[in-house]
Amino acid sequence: MSNIPADLHYAKSHEWIRLAADGTALVGITDYAQSSLGDITFMQLPKVGAILATGATFGVVESVKAASDLYLPAAGVVLAVNPALEASPEMLNRDPYGEAWMLKLKLDGSAPLELLDATAYARHVG
Amino acid sequence: MSDLQRTPLRDFHAARGGRLVDFAGWEMPVQYRSILEEHKAVRRAAGLFDVSHMGEVEVKGPQALDFLENLVTNEVARLIPGKVLYTPMCAADGGTLDDLLIYLRAPGEYLLCVNAGNIAADLAWMARQAEGFAVTVTDRSADYALLAIQGPASVAILQSLTGAKLGMLANYTFCEGTVAGVSCLISRTGYTGEDGFELYHAPADAVGLAEALLAAGAPHGLELAGLGARDSLRLEAGFPLHGHELSPAISPVAAGLGWTVKLGKARPSLAHAALTREMAEGAARRVVFFRTGDRRIVRADAPVRGADGAIVGRVLSGTLSPLLNEAIGSALIDRAAAGGPLSVDIRGVEIGLLSVRPPFVPLRRG
Repeated sequence: MSNIPADLHYAKSHEWIRLAADGTALVGITDYAQSSLGDITFMQLPKVGAILATGATFGVVESVKAASDLYLPAAGVVLAVNPALEASPEMLNRDPYGEAWMLKLKLDGSAPLELLDATAYARHVG
Repeated sequence: MSDLQRTPLRDFHAARGGRLVDFAGWEMPVQYRSILEEHKAVRRAAGLFDVSHMGEVEVKGPQALDFLENLVTNEVARLIPGKVLYTPMCAADGGTLDDLLIYLRAPGEYLLCVNAGNIAADLAWMARQAEGFAVTVTDRSADYALLAIQGPASVAILQSLTGAKLGMLANYTFCEGTVAGVSCLISRTGYTGEDGFELYHAPADAVGLAEALLAAGAPHGLELAGLGARDSLRLEAGFPLHGHELSPAISPVAAGLGWTVKLGKARPSLAHAALTREMAEGAARRVVFFRTGDRRIVRADAPVRGADGAIVGRVLSGTLSPLLNEAIGSALIDRAAAGGPLSVDIRGVEIGLLSVRPPFVPLRRG
């Protein structure tokens, strides 16, 4: 069974977002996503300072099996990207909600994608 | 996946975390824990693979040798009982219908091991070619399960379960014996580039044999390995996979397997004329292996560009080499471009292909 923390929000395309009180957010991919992809071999992330719209393609994650685009759950400016991920993409298989976070965003306040809570996401991945 | 065929080990895999997928119409484990970790376990210690989906064909009769010499490009007359021969099987135009192993069990009695996805087509082709020969060709696929134990520790693990003298069993030879009490054809062959064995046995014995091998192998670092690791291991070793480096459109000459085409054999194969011409003139396209120095995987069917940007071929296989930690693969390239610079586009990034003569990593056996 896949791990779905209760305190995160989820996009149907299997990204998670952790909203903070100061208007910033962390973004990554779910345990279900990493498990479906299998061994992750390559990770491409945007540059710090990039301004990205809701639903924008913010990167690519690639496994032995396939390459997948990543979609931004909520618009904002990229404050930081995880510096360890490009060198060690396999950490996504180990800890997708923790050390393998992808982006830190400053949200611009525009409408996010239709996000799911943990219960709804659990139903979504069935 | 109810319409898929199952090996006797299907539930064994599911109970051990095997991720089951459709492979050539068979429900097979692509991985258990991790393709990359299973791959490394085979290079470091040993891996256990269920390859029971492979087909077995029995060829018997007074003209079995004549039939086989006509059928395949390597020289079957070189076999003596107990030896194994790798050979392509080609159509009259030189295209490769399959590649297979031939076991000589007794004079006039051969067992062929063919690719799972080609069983039906191979049998139909062999039945046609058998006309006029005093030979019987019988599908024995349902009578055999097949486990492969591969890796440097496999000889120690297997020896702990058998009285057969494995030290006497050279590469590409086999013997009949018992392993953990199970009657087996013990073949010192494999598809990983490591030392190892393939064990043909009755399907009813498969679960017991697999459990015995796992238990004996655990202290040596043996792990279950799926078809994902099998594919990356064979590509790292530079072995062809039918449907990729060999196909009806790719002859053994184009694939760089000229050593398996014995043009001088006493009874030439049905592809003799086409392959003689191709050997003399050189293949119009050839299979090249490459590495990239980059982790982005170059996927099968990607177009390959030459020096002036024109498309000169396409990718046949691609994966990440877990040992090199970079993308490796093979491509079919027009002869004129094969020595020059090659590149592919991956999501807008031009990736250069560096030609390599495989194996990509040092192997304990070639």
